Amino acid sequence: MPFYSPLVQEHLRNPRNVGEMPGADAIGVDENPICGDVTWLWVKIQGDLIARVTFKTRGCPAAVATSSACTEMVTGMPLATARRLTAANLAQAVGGLPPAKVHCSVLAIGALHKALAAYERARHPGS
Amino acid sequence: MDKVIYMDHSATTPVDPRVLEAMLPYFTQSFGNPSSLYTLAQDAAKAVDEARDKVAKALNCRSSEVVFTSGGTESDNTALRGAAFALQHAGNHIITSAIEHHAVLHACEWLEKRGFEVTYLPVDRDGRVDPKDVAQAITGKTILVSIMYVNNEIGAVQPIVEVSRIVKERAQAEGRNIVMHTDAVQAAGWLDLDVKKLGVDMLSLSAHKFYGPKGVGVLYVKRHTPFEAQGLGGSQERNRRAGTENVPGIVGTGVALALAEERRPSAVAHCARLRDRLIEGLLSIPGTRLNGHRTQRLANNVNVSFEGVEAESVLLNLDFAGVCASSGSACSSASLEPSHVLVGIGLAPHIAQGSLRLSLGPENTDEEVDRVLSLLPGIVAKLRAMSPVGEPTR
Ligand SMILES: Cc1ncc(COP(=O)(O)O)c(C=O)c1O
Repeated sequence: MPFYSPLVQEHLRNPRNVGEMPGADAIGVDENPICGDVTWLWVKIQGDLIARVTFKTRGCPAAVATSSACTEMVTGMPLATARRLTAANLAQAVGGLPPAKVHCSVLAIGALHKALAAYERARHPGS
Repeated sequence: MDKVIYMDHSATTPVDPRVLEAMLPYFTQSFGNPSSLYTLAQDAAKAVDEARDKVAKALNCRSSEVVFTSGGTESDNTALRGAAFALQHAGNHIITSAIEHHAVLHACEWLEKRGFEVTYLPVDRDGRVDPKDVAQAITGKTILVSIMYVNNEIGAVQPIVEVSRIVKERAQAEGRNIVMHTDAVQAAGWLDLDVKKLGVDMLSLSAHKFYGPKGVGVLYVKRHTPFEAQGLGGSQERNRRAGTENVPGIVGTGVALALAEERRPSAVAHCARLRDRLIEGLLSIPGTRLNGHRTQRLANNVNVSFEGVEAESVLLNLDFAGVCASSGSACSSASLEPSHVLVGIGLAPHIAQGSLRLSLGPENTDEEVDRVLSLLPGIVAKLRAMSPVGEPTR
């Protein structure tokens, strides 16, 4: 097992914002077809801000921790800022990831971007 | 944190204090090079000889057939390359199994790049090679068969006696040589290492798996076995492995193997009982699958998959509670591929991702088994609550 930062361990011990969100405005799903890891992200939007985010992830500690950190990070964040977030931002937010685990941080960011895109599509149908 | 519960003996074991004590004089007092002539060096040479005798006794072979190496990996690499190149005039075909350790598999792939052909035999759902498959795979060009004695992930014990018999009968009938090697790294301290009963020409061991030091191994090479040394240099180990001997390590290996043989019957009985308790307890967690056979497995090995959870997250949660275990999943490697062993026994990749290996040792107790069995249902439930199932809803 690679060495995980204290922050990754903390998120695995106490994951934030776990579970589905009734009344969410959009859902994003991202999956790694090779290792089978999956992240679902629910978002609630108020105006131009992300009001609330919850997640479910099946994956290694890196995937769980970046999902958990993602929900914390984007709560209260302007949509425009959230759209510019990258996997590297999430990896940084959990104190860095072992090199072999960097690919695991793409699930959370992928699910977030998909949720935000789904929200946009729902607001502007046909665009 | 409570005292650490160590259940990862297939990864490595601590050095037995008696082994350490035997090794210590050879670092500072009797530090001479065994090849030198003076008395100080002869102490070291004598110690190496004594260690060789101890290993020979455990393997029921001649002392001259014991080669000390730098570990299981070197023993495996050397066995495969050494035999393949010594017999390349006679053929280029090698037979092994799909679930070997990478020390064997990567050596085979290396040989494939150099003109050898390798057959990777499949295993059944319990992880066992069928000796009939070996018989069928042998061709007129087969020069080497390497099948592990016991698999390191799922503890599947392979029918080495039958395989060796098939290989030797065939070689004899055709009047030629087929070298039979077994990687017995996970067998020491658990199974009979008698090379005559096993019928093998070469056998690999690694000292740190049986309470010896890390970085020392054994390669048994039967007399007259076609073999080309790999490391080139001095004439140590009867020209089969060049380089100044790791004297303290070799001394430790001898003592450790003798002790492992001595306690083998009690260790097997004790651990098999704990193993069966663990298996029974873990199977009562819903969605749990036992990998490998329920009883036909090494006395110290438990390997289970929990549906819907990923192994490393289980491991880290166990670590929070002071329990050391390991996983067969290799998501830690850049390749993302799940374990070739679990895929080899037919597991879907996402099930292989959830596999946990607990490997026991004689010092594990019933209380430790109780503790692990009380921890795991909660860990699995917590991870499952976090795990997406079916279709997302809102
Ligand atoms: C079956 C098997 N073969 C070979 C090895 C390699 O041994 P070493 O670590 O001493 O190089 C191991 C160790 O994990 C093993 O389990």
